[in-house]
Amino acid sequence: MDKKNFKEILRNNAVTIMFIFLCLGGMMVSGQTTAYVVYELFGRLARNAFLVLALIIPIVAGMGINFAVTIGAMAAQIAALWVVEWGISGVQGFVTAALMTVPLAAFFGFLIGKLLNKMKGQEMIGGMILGYFANGLYQLLFLFIFGNLIPLKAPGLVIMGSTGVANTIDLSTDRGFKYALDGLWKLPFGQALYVVCAIVAVITVVLMLFKKVKPVKGVVTLAAAAALCALYQIPAVEEIFSMVNVPMVTFGVVALLCLFNVGIMKTRLGQQFRAVGQNRTVANAAGINVDKVRVIAIVISTVLAGWGQLIFVQNMGSFQTYGAHEQVGLYAGAAILVGGASIRRATNKQALLGCILFHLLFIVAPSAGKNLFGDAAIGEYFRVFVSYGVIAMALVMHAWGSTGKKKSLKG
Amino acid sequence: MAAEYILEMRDITKRYGENTVLSGVSLKIRPGEIHALLGENGAGKSTLMNVLFGMPVIHATGGFDGEVLVDGQATHIASPHDAMNKGIGMVHQEFMLLPGFSITENIKLNREITRPNFVSRMLGKSMETLDMGAMSHDARSALDSVGMSIDEYTRVAGLPVGYMQFVEIAREIDKSGVKLLVFDEPTAVLTESEATQLISVMKEIASKGIAIIFITHRLDEVMAAADSITILRDGKLAATRAIAETSIVDLAELMIGRKGEGVVSVKSRPVPQGKTAMKVRDLVVDMPGEEVNGVSFDVVEGEILGIGGLAGQGKIGIPNGVMSLYPVEGSVELFGEPLKLGSAGDALRSGIAMVSEDRKGVGLLLDQSIEDNIVFNAMQIKGEYLVKFGPFTNKNDREIRAIAEKMIKDLDIRCFGPTQHAGTLSGGNQQKVCIARALAMNPKFLFVSEPTRGIDIGAKSLVLETLVKLNREHGMTIVMVSSELQELRSICDRIAIVSEGKLIDILAPNASDADFGLAMSGIKPSEHAQKGADEA
Repeated sequence: MDKKNFKEILRNNAVTIMFIFLCLGGMMVSGQTTAYVVYELFGRLARNAFLVLALIIPIVAGMGINFAVTIGAMAAQIAALWVVEWGISGVQGFVTAALMTVPLAAFFGFLIGKLLNKMKGQEMIGGMILGYFANGLYQLLFLFIFGNLIPLKAPGLVIMGSTGVANTIDLSTDRGFKYALDGLWKLPFGQALYVVCAIVAVITVVLMLFKKVKPVKGVVTLAAAAALCALYQIPAVEEIFSMVNVPMVTFGVVALLCLFNVGIMKTRLGQQFRAVGQNRTVANAAGINVDKVRVIAIVISTVLAGWGQLIFVQNMGSFQTYGAHEQVGLYAGAAILVGGASIRRATNKQALLGCILFHLLFIVAPSAGKNLFGDAAIGEYFRVFVSYGVIAMALVMHAWGSTGKKKSLKG
Repeated sequence: MAAEYILEMRDITKRYGENTVLSGVSLKIRPGEIHALLGENGAGKSTLMNVLFGMPVIHATGGFDGEVLVDGQATHIASPHDAMNKGIGMVHQEFMLLPGFSITENIKLNREITRPNFVSRMLGKSMETLDMGAMSHDARSALDSVGMSIDEYTRVAGLPVGYMQFVEIAREIDKSGVKLLVFDEPTAVLTESEATQLISVMKEIASKGIAIIFITHRLDEVMAAADSITILRDGKLAATRAIAETSIVDLAELMIGRKGEGVVSVKSRPVPQGKTAMKVRDLVVDMPGEEVNGVSFDVVEGEILGIGGLAGQGKIGIPNGVMSLYPVEGSVELFGEPLKLGSAGDALRSGIAMVSEDRKGVGLLLDQSIEDNIVFNAMQIKGEYLVKFGPFTNKNDREIRAIAEKMIKDLDIRCFGPTQHAGTLSGGNQQKVCIARALAMNPKFLFVSEPTRGIDIGAKSLVLETLVKLNREHGMTIVMVSSELQELRSICDRIAIVSEGKLIDILAPNASDADFGLAMSGIKPSEHAQKGADEA
C-alpha cells in the first residue's frame, strides 16, 4: 500500500484505532471471560444503539452532534412516568409511551430547531447548554408540578412524606413495562444467527428474482450468511456466544432505524439534508428552505432519541428520575465519534461500530481499573474522562482537518 | 403574441436610507439577445440585479421604485425562487455548487425527479424516492448543450474551475422555461480558451431564443459577445448602445466618465525624479478576494503613487502584501535594502507604515483613547513611549500626551482632547487618527489604503489635503490605493492600474478617461492604440 495513503488512513481513523487498542488492552487486563464480555456487550448494544443512530441525520444536515437528544430523553421520561401512573403495563405500556413521546419530543425538537437556526455554526454547544437549561424546567415539572399541582396516585411514584416525583421510577412492578420489547422474543445466539441469516437469504433471493440486486452482490451476501452459520459450528466460537440471549424485536427495531437512515437519504428530503449540510448558501440559492430542513432534521432526531431512551429504560427496568437523561447526549455523541464519524459525516456502520467499541471499554474498564490500581472506581473515572476526551479530540481533529484543507487549496 | 422585450425594467430607483444607489435606470432586452451590462464598482450593476432577482436585501430595505416587466407583463418578483419560477436564472460568480454531490445531483438540486413510494403516499412529496436514472438523463442532455463531454456521475469536488462554470450553466439551461440568464463575471476564473468556449456557448444559448445579461469588466469580451450594451455610472444610466455603433474606446470612456471636478485642487508639478524608494518585483499576495499575481513597480522617493482599479482586482492586496499581513511571495527593496517578507513586525520596523483600508477591523482600537491609538504601534513594535522599572515597563504618559497633542494639532483632528475614545470620532477624524498612528512610527514610507472609504465628502478633502501636506512639507513618499479614480487623479503624480492581479499600466493623472477605462478592463491603452493602428 502507498505509504502516504496508509498515514492518511491512520490519521483519519486515529480515534477508532486508539479505541481498538484500549479495548484489547482492557480486555487482557480485566481478566473477564470473553463470553461474559460478549454477553454484556449484546445487552448494552440492544439498550443503546438506537440512541446513537438517532444522531446521524443532524450530522448529515450539517448541525453536528445533536446534544439536545437529552431533551428527547426527557420527553420519553415524561411519557414513561404517566404510563406508570396510568398503570398500563407490558407492551401496551411501551407502545403508549412511544406514541406519547412523539408529540412531546416533536414539539421540543421544533423549539430546539428554531433556536439552533438562530445560532448557526454553534449548534453543538447550543444544544448542550439547551440540555442543561431544559434540565431545570424538567426538575420544576417533576419536583413541583407533578405530584403537587397534578396529583399522582400510583404507589411509589411520589417521594414519601414530601412532594414531587420519587428519585427512582421502577418499571419492574406490575404497572411498568420492563423488558416490554426485549422480552417479546428472545433467542439464544445460535438460533438468532440462523434466523437472521435465513431472513437475509430470503430477502436477497427475492430481490435477485426481481433484479433489484446485482447477481454478484447477491451471491456474495448468500455466501457470507452461509459462512457465518458455518463459523458458528466451531465449538470455540460457539463458546464465546454461549451466554448471549438475543432480544430479537429490539434488534429488529434497531435494524429498521438503520434502514430508515439509509432510505431517507434517497428521498427528496434526504437530498435536502445533504445539500444543507454541505453548504447552506448554495442550498438556499437553489430554493431550499434551509431553516425548515434543519428544523425537520432536529425534530426527527429528537423523536428518535425519545424512543431510544424508552428502549433504554425498558431494558434497565427502572430509571433515575433526575439523572437518567443527563449523560445521554454525551455518551451517544462520544460513541458515534469513536466509530469514526466526524461532526460532518456519519453512517450507520460508524454508529454501530462506535457503539460496540465504546461499550466494550465501559464493560472492561471497571475491572481493568481494579486489577491495575486496586480500585474499580478508577475505571469509572477513566470512562467518563475518555468520553469527554473523545469528543474534544474529534473537535480538534475537525479543526485540524479543515485548516489542512485550506492549506492544500493554496498549494 | 410574444412581447417585443423579454425583460423591461423601467425607471428603477433604489435608495438605502438617504443614499440613492440607483436612479431612473431602464433596461430593455429582446429574446435571444446578449446584452452586456457595464459599469465600475458601485455603479449599481449588482443592485439592479438584486432588484431583478427580488433579493431579500431589496425588500428588507423598503423595496424600489419603478416597474419590472417580464414578457410585457408588469411583474412583482418576490424572491430569488420566484424569479426562477418566472424563467430568470443566474450563473453565479462564486460557484453555487455542492462539492460532495455529483454533477447530476448539482444540476438537479432541489428540482429532483422523484417517484412516489409507499411512505410518500402517507407523508407527502418530500419523502418520494429520487429517480437517479431520469435525473442523469436530463443532466446529460444539459451538459451536451454546453459542449461538455464529462461523465455526469463525476463528483464536483476536484473539478477544474472552468468545468464548474459550465456545470453552473448546464444547471440553468436544464431549468425548464428559462427565458433570461444572467452571467455575473463568468469569465473571471476561466483560462483564455475556456473563455472563448464560454462565449460561443453563450451565443448558442442565445440562438435558442434565451436572452442573456452579461456582466463583465472585460471590454474585449463585450465586443466579441454582446449585441447591445447598457452602461451604468454612479447609479445612473450612462448610455445604451448597439454593438455596431460603438467601440472599445467609446465604452471605456463612457464607463469612467468625468465625475465633476477633482476632490481637492493641488498645484500640478513635474513627476519627482529622485532615487528609487521602493522596488517591488513579482509580488504575489494571497489575500482572499484581492489576489495579486506577480506585480512589479518602482516608487520614486518623494512622489505620491496612486494604485487604482476595480474592486476585487488586487489593488488592496499590494500594500497588505508588502506589509506581510497576508501570505506573500516576491521581493521588495526599500531604499536599496532588501525587505524580509513574511513578518508584519519586520515591515513596520524597517520604516514602512500603513493606514489600513479596514479602519474599524485592524486600524483602530475603538474603545481606547486617541492618544493610546496614536502610540500603539510605536509602543508595541519599536518599544518607544515606555518607561522601564527593572523588569516592568510602563507607559510614558508625558511623552504620549505630547505627541498626541502635536498630532491633533498638525492633522487637525477634531476632538475634545487626547483622551477621547476613538470610537466616538467621526469617520474622517478616525481616519486621521490612523494616519497619526502611522506617523508616530516616524516612517520613511507610507502606504495609505482606501483612505476615504465611508467618510463624507468634506472629510475626504481634509484627509487628502493632509496626505498632500505630508508629502510636500515632510517629503514623505506615499503610495495611495483607492477605488475612487477621481481622488487618485487629483493628488497623485502617477497612477498604476491593476486588473486581475496584474499591473496593466502606469498612467499620468491627466491621461484620458478612455485610457483609464481600457486599463481597468485589463487592456494596456498603448497596445490597444497600436492594434487599432495595425487594423487600420
